[in-house]
Amino acid sequence: MTAGTLHPTLAVFGRQLALYRRLWQASVFSSFVLPVLFLVSIGIGVGRYVGTLEGVDYLAWIVPGVLASTVLQISMGESTYAVLGDFKWSRAYHAMRATPVRPVDIVCGHLLYLVLRAEVAVVAFLLVVVFFGGLHSPWSLVAPLVCAVLTVATAAPVTAFAAAIDHDSYFALLYRFVVIPSTLFAGVFFPVEQLPAVVRPLAYASPLWHGVELCRAATLGRVTAWPPVVHVGYLLLWAVGGVTLAVLAFKRRLED
Amino acid sequence: MADQPLIFARDLVKRFGDFTAVNGIDLEVAPGEAFGFLGPNGAGKSSTMRMIGCVSVPTSGQLRILGMDPAREGTAIRARLGVCPQLDNLDPDLTVRENLTTYARYFGLSRAESGRRADELLEFVRLSDRAKGKVEPLSGGMKRRLTIARALVNEPDLVLLDEPTTGLDPQARHLLWERLFRLKQRGTTLVLTTHYMDEAEQLCDRLVVMDGGKIIASGSPRSLIETYSTAEVLELRFPDGLDLNGDYAAKLEGVGERIDPLPDRVLVYADDGDAALAEVHRRGLTPSSVLVRRSTLEDVFLQLTGRTLVD
Repeated sequence: MTAGTLHPTLAVFGRQLALYRRLWQASVFSSFVLPVLFLVSIGIGVGRYVGTLEGVDYLAWIVPGVLASTVLQISMGESTYAVLGDFKWSRAYHAMRATPVRPVDIVCGHLLYLVLRAEVAVVAFLLVVVFFGGLHSPWSLVAPLVCAVLTVATAAPVTAFAAAIDHDSYFALLYRFVVIPSTLFAGVFFPVEQLPAVVRPLAYASPLWHGVELCRAATLGRVTAWPPVVHVGYLLLWAVGGVTLAVLAFKRRLED
Repeated sequence: MADQPLIFARDLVKRFGDFTAVNGIDLEVAPGEAFGFLGPNGAGKSSTMRMIGCVSVPTSGQLRILGMDPAREGTAIRARLGVCPQLDNLDPDLTVRENLTTYARYFGLSRAESGRRADELLEFVRLSDRAKGKVEPLSGGMKRRLTIARALVNEPDLVLLDEPTTGLDPQARHLLWERLFRLKQRGTTLVLTTHYMDEAEQLCDRLVVMDGGKIIASGSPRSLIETYSTAEVLELRFPDGLDLNGDYAAKLEGVGERIDPLPDRVLVYADDGDAALAEVHRRGLTPSSVLVRRSTLEDVFLQLTGRTLVD
């Protein structure tokens, strides 16, 4: 037996990369093209009617929102069917379980891969946005870091959810009642202050809003209304809670 | 160390709620052995295999794998096991070779070493020409061979094969047996489950027969046959047998050592099948078809449980 040199989490990460090398074409549209189309159509198209918002042109205002919601899309896209499929259809997780790879390695390897996926999309998006004059501050360099935390904060709980269910029809509910409302009302396209006061707590509860707030502060170079540590802390809470739940769900599903 | 059993179990029990899948079994498997679990579906074979593979926690009893405790040292044990599961779980979107290299990495092997072993194992299971191809178009037998190659990628001390040839056509089965036999010759310890008698006879040095979560007999295939059956079996089919096989059995009383009327045929257990057949003719009985064959584990199972194995 050769002594182990590679951490099992990285081995799982490596498997995801090998898959990505085969399937990356399919993700180009949703990860790169779609966010840019969003930005152009809404930022410039709708922006013409909106003019400026909170003192900046509308395009620059929604850049961080589209950025964070792209991260959410990638989290969702890769943690729903892909995770359930590796339990039910390919049974790849069962194959891993028969090796020294532990449930915590599977979860962490998966999330590490998603962070990479999100970062590639985030950096590509930011590079495009520079040409539109959408970044107003060198603090924009912090945005990818925020997006990494947001990736884990959203992907980990969804991964836990996917590992706990037995049928993919639950994903439709997740999209309908969580993802789409978050994207619409968590400060991506307009400030949450414009929502009725009774609905606002829902936006505050959403990790997406905290990600949007931090990204917006970064790209526009201004301070957040709430202390940044609250936003970061809240996202970390989702990340840690999500990872814990996901590891438990994986254990329950792979061991008896 | 060499004499320490690779698998040691005492009074091993696995329950799922009210259902007892494994009901107090004792096992010892020595290094280099080819050991089989034989039994019908639901006998508790796969549950036992999952406990040995350290993915299922025993409800009670004692279990040591490679001298270690699965509850505390599961990861260390799994590092030295090779597992070929009952359901194929290859990565359908990766190539044949990538399936081996990514899996090798789970054991911490370097990229270069993973590649070297992948090529070597593809050669061994005769899939080298498919290395760059996808998994999906492979036949069932090829997929199973790839899964076995994958199970060998960490050079395991113990290989677990859960129904390795179920669902394969005869030709694919024979090729697989031949490869497994080669492994056995190299001294690899094999533990397999099967509900095929011929598979158990071909591959196993020693086996246990399981039924209803218990071990009902154990020994080498030959010793089991000698203990629970006769050297030969005479199979008789009668034209009007369907309802009358019981009556024919009565008329055959005293021919051979034992008579077993089945719905479609009557089995006569005798050490000399031809002599038994002569006696059948002497009694004026005229079966429509006659077969004298060697006794198999199927007969052992029938004798032990009163039921046929695959139904």
